[in-house]
Amino acid sequence: MEKTLYTVIIFSENTVGVLNQITVIFTRRGLNIETLSVSPSAIAGIHKFTITVITTQDVIEKVVQQIDKRVDILKAYYNTDEDLVHQEIALYKVATDKLLELGSIEKMIRDYQIHVLELTENCVVFEKTGHYQETQKLFEELSSTIGVLQFIRSGRIAITKSKVERLSDMLEKMSKLEQKVNATTETQE
Amino acid sequence: MKMTGAKALIESLLQEGVETIFGYPGGAILPVFDALYDYDRKVNHILTRHEQGAAHAAEGYARVSGKVGVCLITSGPAATNAITGISDAMLDSVPLLVITGQVGASLLGTDAFQEIDVIGITQPITKWSYQIRRAEDVAWAVARAFYIASTGRPGPVVLDFTKNAQSEEVDFQYKPCKFIRSYVPVPEVNFSQIEKAAELINAAEKPFAVVGHGVILGQAEKDLMEFLEKADIPAAWTLLGASAMPSDFRLNKGFVGMHGNVAPNMKTNECDVLIAIGMRFDDRVTGDLKTYASQAKIIHIDIDAAELNKNLKVEVPVLGSVKDVLPALTKLVKPAKHTEWIDSFDIFEKTEYEKVIEREVFPKSGKITMGEVIHKVSEATQHNAICVTDVGQNQMASARYFKFSQSRSLITSGGLGTMGFGLPAAIGAKIAAPDRTVCLFAGDGGFQMTIQELGTIMENNIGVKMIVLDNKFLGMVRQWQELFYEERYSFTKMKNPDFVAIGKAYNIDGKLVNEREELDEAIADMLKDDRPYLLVVNVETKGMVYPMIPAGTSVTNIILE
Repeated sequence: MEKTLYTVIIFSENTVGVLNQITVIFTRRGLNIETLSVSPSAIAGIHKFTITVITTQDVIEKVVQQIDKRVDILKAYYNTDEDLVHQEIALYKVATDKLLELGSIEKMIRDYQIHVLELTENCVVFEKTGHYQETQKLFEELSSTIGVLQFIRSGRIAITKSKVERLSDMLEKMSKLEQKVNATTETQE
Repeated sequence: MKMTGAKALIESLLQEGVETIFGYPGGAILPVFDALYDYDRKVNHILTRHEQGAAHAAEGYARVSGKVGVCLITSGPAATNAITGISDAMLDSVPLLVITGQVGASLLGTDAFQEIDVIGITQPITKWSYQIRRAEDVAWAVARAFYIASTGRPGPVVLDFTKNAQSEEVDFQYKPCKFIRSYVPVPEVNFSQIEKAAELINAAEKPFAVVGHGVILGQAEKDLMEFLEKADIPAAWTLLGASAMPSDFRLNKGFVGMHGNVAPNMKTNECDVLIAIGMRFDDRVTGDLKTYASQAKIIHIDIDAAELNKNLKVEVPVLGSVKDVLPALTKLVKPAKHTEWIDSFDIFEKTEYEKVIEREVFPKSGKITMGEVIHKVSEATQHNAICVTDVGQNQMASARYFKFSQSRSLITSGGLGTMGFGLPAAIGAKIAAPDRTVCLFAGDGGFQMTIQELGTIMENNIGVKMIVLDNKFLGMVRQWQELFYEERYSFTKMKNPDFVAIGKAYNIDGKLVNEREELDEAIADMLKDDRPYLLVVNVETKGMVYPMIPAGTSVTNIILE
């Protein structure tokens, strides 16, 4: 079966050890995580994981089900790039003297939409956001011309193109269920 | 009420109705054992001889009673010793709570004495694991642990309890857990899927059901039989689905899988609609997935969404508890008669009887066979006993030849296939059902893996009837070597001790049987009272469990002799 890049989006409770619970499910099937990004979500107390992995649809379906079934996971789903707006951020450190030798800084900054974060006698730090191919293209250009002293790229972050985060429906449903459970417990008591 | 975290733990267990704990003390759990000293009238603590034994005994207890089995042990090596039992419970969906001691919170991560990362190790093999680092968390964590372990698809839970949290004081208040927002134990039933399933069943001419552990876990045995009766559907069972239907039930067509009965295995590949009920298409059931029931439309009922379409893509997946789905389905299916189809099983049953069963169960000459012993014990207990097995030939022969009259009567390590499971699990089984006869069938290999639990039996006078089927080989491995490895018996032959003498050393009566003529009397002697007994039977050294469908192949490759 054909392999594609899938983005797995996971909402979890903010407890110790959730990342390990998720990664072991990839490990079991010998899947290599391409990128990983974790941060608090829009909903207080809930963390959001964005993981990219190259695999088949058959495998990703099963992996997502197995993640979703963990008790601390609220919701897990997967998307391909068409369903997502996604972004990565990259930082590049280059030598100031070499950069000046290049002579065409303005054009490069405009073409690549670079932000300059730091400028000293010794070095300049650029920031570029974009898709992997875009940040990679700048890296390759700098590497082949003046050289890159340091380079770092973040994991992917992504937002689905559908209107609302699918989590909100689920939370609403669960909160109704909780009220129902509490009501029956109270009558029993 | 103010109390220590250790006492709060025991109070919490009492709140959950715990009567029996299987445990083993040690440094990092000492405060809990100290607190337990004052509860000897309320809690029955069984001291096993090894933590693996404690875990399997708790599993045996849980598998028979349906309640959460509780295991209380210390940190480090104790926790690692319990890993096999935890994994076993994970693969077989057994509600198990393992409480491990842990070094004080200030020492975590420092490689302190007997410190290991219990949470890290157990996360992949538990439904939930949690470290209690403060006494305030005890009641919350225990309530949550019981809720998670026992609801939905059950499974093992680990609570790793740091020593400081055991000693600190807490104002104890207990509230059972009824809801976790990130956890849906029993999914809502989707009626449109049930309607689709009913349509398929109503149109079927050759429907066939395969019954798994889910029916027992969901306490849906009656619902199952009503469903099968109404639509007149012949049904077979997986290893863990054994005893969900009584052996003499008209529509019970036997055991499926690698060593299952011929008829249901053949009919799997002949039926037009296959209804899989609370089972998970394990490779030991299906063999080659490409040929498995490839002609049939398949309906798969399971409580766990991750099981649907996992191993086999099916026409109609039905997510839900069998307890909810089966009655709804029964309403929608039309009363039917499939007499011709059901009668067509007979010819295969006859073949199997002539080629396999008659020789195995009623041999006229040669050494005693495993099937013969198991059959006789089943008869002698009027098929009312709980049969606990170890793993290997003894297990497959037990599943084939022991007969069941009530549910939860075959206690066996299915998914993990844990040798050494039998003896400690039988201890737990007997404690859970003191009024029933508990018979353990173990091979000489597996029995020696946890033989130290004879000490637990001696100390607590647990009336387990142990039957060691001694063939002086690791029989199932030897069988594979004979069939698939050119009879190269690499390290499967065993020189065994005098098991009866070992039993005697533990003050357990026993007998060694070599001859067929001695067998009936020895079994009667074993069953004459409720005391523990060790019956050692020297069986055919090169016995085989047939039929056998070689791993990864289809039923057409079945070996009968």
